[in-house]
Amino acid sequence: MQTKRMTFPGHWMPYALLAPQVIITLIFFIWPAGQALYQSLLREDAFGLRSTFVGLENFVRLFRDGSYLNSLSVTAIFAIGTTLVSMSVALLFASTVNRMIRSRSTYTTLLVWPYAIAPAIAGVLWWFIFNPSIGIIPYMLDAVGYQWNHRTSSNDAMLLVIFAASWKQISYNFLFFLAGLQSIPQSLIEAASIDGAGPLKRFWTIVFPLLTPTTFFLMVVNVVYAMFDTFGIIHATTAGGPSQATNTLVYKVYADGFVGLNLGSSAAQSVILMAIVVGLTVIQFRYIERRVNY
Amino acid sequence: MVENRPWANFLAHTVLICGVALVVFPVYIAIVASTQGPGELLRGTMPLLPGSHGLENYTTMWRTGLSRSGAAPAWQMLWNSFVMAMAITIGKLSISILSAFAIVYFRFRFRIFFFWLIFITLMLPVEVRIIPTYQVVADLSMLNSFAGLSIPLIASATATFLFRQFFMTVPEEMLEAARVDGAGPLKFFKDILLPLSITNIAALFVIMFIYGWNQYLWPLLITTDADYTTIVMGIQRMTAEENPQWHLIMAAVVMAALPPVLVILFMQRLFVKGLTETEK
Repeated sequence: MQTKRMTFPGHWMPYALLAPQVIITLIFFIWPAGQALYQSLLREDAFGLRSTFVGLENFVRLFRDGSYLNSLSVTAIFAIGTTLVSMSVALLFASTVNRMIRSRSTYTTLLVWPYAIAPAIAGVLWWFIFNPSIGIIPYMLDAVGYQWNHRTSSNDAMLLVIFAASWKQISYNFLFFLAGLQSIPQSLIEAASIDGAGPLKRFWTIVFPLLTPTTFFLMVVNVVYAMFDTFGIIHATTAGGPSQATNTLVYKVYADGFVGLNLGSSAAQSVILMAIVVGLTVIQFRYIERRVNY
Repeated sequence: MVENRPWANFLAHTVLICGVALVVFPVYIAIVASTQGPGELLRGTMPLLPGSHGLENYTTMWRTGLSRSGAAPAWQMLWNSFVMAMAITIGKLSISILSAFAIVYFRFRFRIFFFWLIFITLMLPVEVRIIPTYQVVADLSMLNSFAGLSIPLIASATATFLFRQFFMTVPEEMLEAARVDGAGPLKFFKDILLPLSITNIAALFVIMFIYGWNQYLWPLLITTDADYTTIVMGIQRMTAEENPQWHLIMAAVVMAALPPVLVILFMQRLFVKGLTETEK
């Protein structure tokens, strides 16, 4: 790992400088993560008095449990839906804003601020708008003959959480796509244009291929966002329902651990989630490293 | 832009205006709803223009809140959110800049070990190890306190990562000159490194403040006492009632969203810098 060529001599000072962060990391990070690993191998009785070592039984049970498998597929649908919606809308906005010269910064400002809104607040907002009895969108949908009700329909509930999660994420994706678009050399596009390529053809043959690194990076970030940062959206809107239709993996860890008090199973789920994030982060880092090298 | 076609420009503006409308729509609805009188929202058709009860709703929320659901007044919840966000922001920035300084400017035993110990935290959000972390905080009797709300969330390496990247780009000559002049590490840090990092600190400040303000799951678990309710979790509690008072809830939603949105609008350039630099 790199350092400066010249450094300060110091026997105790670097340790003192590192101490606050290391102590907090050990107490609130390493210790709980270790506890999760350890608890995932235990089974507690109903009163939490005795725990027995059961090895990998918690994991085996999980993968035999229909509700966990359901939660896996719910998470996959939710993550893919949110990623697709927020990225495609953001790409449309970014490539349109990129054409603008004078109004570019105004549009950027107007599109960027939802990033600042808490996921839970975004959830409450969309929940209100889609409220089956007083919301405005069910009222409009009713006019075209669709009975919206996310309290009873699994599909409606899933759409609701995807909308809320994507709405919040559009601004983030937009900023990165805009930065990516601005780094594409203008001369390439001009050359293609002289050769007679129309706007759509230019987009698909030049711009989009050059955006693949950004797109790939955003895909990973969005999947991580949809899996982990959307607890607030789900808790504030559907609470995992109706009949588990929006019970994502992170929500289930909370529900099984805090509401259901099934600590062993919840810890095992945490461990699986940790493995998923570590996998995604490794992909992300490898990709970033490769980018830095060329 | 390559060629100038009026209809293409017109189309582009149309797309963007629709986009802005889509992005603004939920907040517009919230503002409209927050200005209605009690019961007006329950008639079945959502009004599309602001009503006349705005001032009344906002004052009620600000002063007393929905005391029926045991919630604190909005001013107090906003204050709690502010204290929590500031504690997280300042805490993260100060521990990160110190550890990045140690890692970049010193050579010592176990340096790589400490580096990885800190960097492993980049990966695991608090949500996935929520129950054991809760237990640690409970064992340290930090439930229902600002320390319990903020300190566990300070343990993350994003800011350390950014400061390290930045310190690596600071020219070697700075350090050489400082050492020739006989400056010790702390003097170098205070007089040279800190002033150079001001933009990075400001950019990170924006991002960390929003992160802290928007926390939800953690305050929900750590605090049961209304004195520590943050505005984001307070709103969720109000909506969970039997008959939600939508006009008042939406006033609270607008008040909860305003501070972070203002921070972004005023500090947009720094925010973009911080965001792109942390993530890439």
